[in-house]
Amino acid sequence: MTESNKSLNRRNFLTNLTKVMGGVGGIFAVIPFLSTMLPSEKAKSGGAPIEIDVSGLKPGAFKVVEWRGKPVWVVRRTAEMINNTQEDNNILSDPKSLEEHQPKYTQNKFRSLNPEYLVLLGVCTHLGCSPLYKPNSKTAELGFDWKGGFFCPCHGSKFDLSGRVHKGMPAPYNLEVPPYYFVSESRIIVGKDGESA
Amino acid sequence: MNKFLAWIDERLPVSNFVKNHLSQYYAPKNFNFFYYFGALAIFIFILQIVTGIFLTINYKPDAASAFASVEFIMRDVEWGWLIRYLHSTGASFFFIVIYLHMFRALLYGSFKNPRELLWIFGMIIFVLLMAESFMGYLLPWGQMSYWGAQVIISLFGAIPYFGEALATWIRGDYVISDATLNRFFAFHVIALPLLLFALIYLHLAALHTVGSNNPDGIEIKNNKDSDGIPKDGIPFHPYYTVKDTFGLSVFLVIFAFVVFFIPEFGGFFLEKDNFIPANPLQTPEHIMPVWYFTPFYAILRAIPDKLGGVTVMGLSIFILFIMPWIDRCPVKSFRYRSNTYKILLSLFAISFIGLGYIGMSAPTPILTWVGRLFTLIYFGFFIVLYFTSANEKTKDIPERVKMDE
Repeated sequence: MTESNKSLNRRNFLTNLTKVMGGVGGIFAVIPFLSTMLPSEKAKSGGAPIEIDVSGLKPGAFKVVEWRGKPVWVVRRTAEMINNTQEDNNILSDPKSLEEHQPKYTQNKFRSLNPEYLVLLGVCTHLGCSPLYKPNSKTAELGFDWKGGFFCPCHGSKFDLSGRVHKGMPAPYNLEVPPYYFVSESRIIVGKDGESA
Repeated sequence: MNKFLAWIDERLPVSNFVKNHLSQYYAPKNFNFFYYFGALAIFIFILQIVTGIFLTINYKPDAASAFASVEFIMRDVEWGWLIRYLHSTGASFFFIVIYLHMFRALLYGSFKNPRELLWIFGMIIFVLLMAESFMGYLLPWGQMSYWGAQVIISLFGAIPYFGEALATWIRGDYVISDATLNRFFAFHVIALPLLLFALIYLHLAALHTVGSNNPDGIEIKNNKDSDGIPKDGIPFHPYYTVKDTFGLSVFLVIFAFVVFFIPEFGGFFLEKDNFIPANPLQTPEHIMPVWYFTPFYAILRAIPDKLGGVTVMGLSIFILFIMPWIDRCPVKSFRYRSNTYKILLSLFAISFIGLGYIGMSAPTPILTWVGRLFTLIYFGFFIVLYFTSANEKTKDIPERVKMDE
């Protein structure tokens, strides 16, 4: 190997090393910029539990409250509605709520602590629209054998009166149940598991 | 004056640039109606930049005041309504013009060798334009702004493993909020316009390197006279500058009519629900994206699976990028191609318009099935074309371009 070749090799090595080091430095320099786009500390701390008073809720009625910027629904189900949620299990994709989209204490056939009160996160599991409460409208859109439930106007997903998704819908799984517990017969705390859980 | 120009030219060759790209840039002499839309797209781009600057003077990118500031522009700012309607109508016309511009490329094979890169730059511009208009649509902070953004950002959440984290990073919050609005404003007015400007520059640079295609799909550079000038070429200036000015005049008549008389276009350009301030607790009864997204939205809805729907919708746009390698027929213009191609292209156009209609309608079971059929035709076009185009029976291509009688 001649002297000039050696120096050329050395120069190539140094050039490549500079490129690599510069590239690594460049990548690290991007991190702070991209990190500014993450949720801020303020956004992260904005999720305290809320209390819902359901004493004024009549049987069959529906109520929306805001929790962490998302809608939380409370439905006071009538005996007929509770009954309806137990039929036609073959049209549901996960009738037994085996997938974990609810706290353990609501993994039952009513998806609730008290069958009379259904508490759900009103956000479609497809693309985040808020489905509409359709207790008894039988239309072409919903089907004439509609037994009540929720309908997402964005992409047509249907859910039963326990928030369980029908088969063949764009939504991949049942509506989520937020953590909640009853402090009294008519007051619910949403955003926190109860003591018994 | 000449002395001044000479002084400039010594330091920056302006005269040469004008010669190379206008007065001695030779374009095929047989351009027809479809060749207006590139120039019109540039006009609208400039219009959007100018009206956009004047809108930002009064707009407030803040969830608490955004909706009111848009109404302030509409009611209290002198001529504010005009600037805003020019901008909102301009967005819809941008897509009309771009879709016709792209369809022109499919008709005359303008994406084929040697114009593959030109086509890819164009496709990147199309995708950037979709992002630009989507982010702009959030800014008025109406119901459709809010829920449209909710749906589109949730699309990223369908990606396995890191999708939810990615969606949160895009939103800057766990829900669409002030943080989202503020960053969309930044992207809409700074980041994407700059990128669009760069891409349009590259698109034009690539165009002027390979030269324009034409309705006959013949390379005019293969047939030059003794001076090296294409026999079928005419200087862009004055011939096409005058033609494009005429086209622009007709365009402006239509455009002004919409701006002054039907700026909302019956809920297509400005959706009715967007005149209600954003409400995170209630999705509007019938949510649909603005008309120019509806074909892709219908494809998303046609697939009864979250990740599947998002993937297929992404694929429906990506597949256009590789069009130069899907269509293997060496003949460019449909004029000299087989009936197979003409039928395929017609079906493709029908399915695209059909999907657009379905994307606007409420999701009934029948329409969902029709949507699935159109989605099948949409993708079928590319798949069938890949196989038929390799050995297509084509007609003889003329030596020189033909002028429309």
